[in-house]
Amino acid sequence: MILLSHADLSIAAAMVIMLALLSLRLQAGISRQLLVAALRTAVQLTLIGLVLKTLFANVHLGWISLMALFMLLVAGREVMARQERRFSGWWGYSIGTVSMFLSSFTVTVFALVVILGDSPWYAPQYAIPLLGMLLGNTMSGIAIALDRLTQSAWQQRGVIEARLILGARSGDAIADPRRQAIRSGLIPIINAMAAAGVVSLPGMMTGQILAGAPPVEAVKYQILIMFLIAAGTGLGTMSAVIIGSRRLFDDRQRLCLDRLRENQ
Amino acid sequence: MLGPLSLGVDAGECVCISGPSGAGKSQLLRAIADLDPHDGEVLLGGQPASSIKPYRWRARVGLLPPESHWWLPTAGGHFPGGTPVAPAELGLPEDIMDQPVERLSSGEKQRLALLRLLANRPQVLLLDEPTANLDPANTERAERVINRFRESGSAAVIWISHDPAQVARLGCRALRLADGRLQEQGVGA
Repeated sequence: MILLSHADLSIAAAMVIMLALLSLRLQAGISRQLLVAALRTAVQLTLIGLVLKTLFANVHLGWISLMALFMLLVAGREVMARQERRFSGWWGYSIGTVSMFLSSFTVTVFALVVILGDSPWYAPQYAIPLLGMLLGNTMSGIAIALDRLTQSAWQQRGVIEARLILGARSGDAIADPRRQAIRSGLIPIINAMAAAGVVSLPGMMTGQILAGAPPVEAVKYQILIMFLIAAGTGLGTMSAVIIGSRRLFDDRQRLCLDRLRENQ
Repeated sequence: MLGPLSLGVDAGECVCISGPSGAGKSQLLRAIADLDPHDGEVLLGGQPASSIKPYRWRARVGLLPPESHWWLPTAGGHFPGGTPVAPAELGLPEDIMDQPVERLSSGEKQRLALLRLLANRPQVLLLDEPTANLDPANTERAERVINRFRESGSAAVIWISHDPAQVARLGCRALRLADGRLQEQGVGA
């Protein structure tokens, strides 16, 4: 593996700065955001590099759990922030976080124990990257699906109530928004699987190849990850949409859109 | 905000409610249909709403909101069990069931929504200005269909109407909702 020097990274950074200058000239109004995001990438990844280094040096389930919890809580915040209309109060945060916990953690632990079978099963070299990839993808799926659910429930409130009025159960009245939400949460991973290797070379596989792994072995890992992501995203999306669509009704199955609030 | 009020309607009886906009007429009907939370108590044949599953309650206490909503491409899809009366009795064309919903006029949709509600055979009809978009001939047809349904099924009807002539025509007990209170105005006043 070719090791990168600070100078190598500086050259890449110069390209981003050039892009920012160009967008400034074109008055695209995005240069500031671009630079802040690039800076965040550098700082956040450097920090995580140091954290992983420490974690690898002191393999302990407690430290890894703490790290996993931190990742989960940040992902939960991110899901909430991406909603145009989110559930008010504690629900806005917990629906996404609980669903991510149920799906990502279950799938990751299952893969670590049953499929990879390293000892200890929580070896950070596998556990943290796996959980990270699963959380990242599940987070996107859940965020898209919940956003779609609350938006469609809002837009289709007339239809939902019309169906309630005619004697439909709440689950039947919200069936269309629920189906649309689950579909939109799952479409990104379905597209990614369909295009993998043909249109795009997945990042993890590319990374392993860059690090010197034999391509066929890297491909096997990538297939594993894709399937785990599909399972995790599907599980997380469905549980978030099911919890969310129940929360849209009260105990008398009335549509309660006052439980949503607009994100500023 | 509705004040404390009490209203009893017998089976087969029709009650008309009028009153200024914003007095809470629609709000009252929505509360009876159990669509909005409220502190009151609603009974049907002596049974409180809270003792009946909400979807059963709403199937029996049928609300016709001022605006109709449709979720399937054609009108006919919303009538899995057929129509309770021929569409022609409401002045609707025979082929209306095959028409895409978005091509229907608001008056046609209003009459179809009435048919859709009657197909449920509710014991109570809560009608929120059911003839607001209709011309006089179709208004009369709708009144006839509703009255026949009320008499044959001994349904109780609460009818919001702004038209004193309609209230007189229907021969209902007339009430006025204003300042959060219901006032009796006699029959067909």
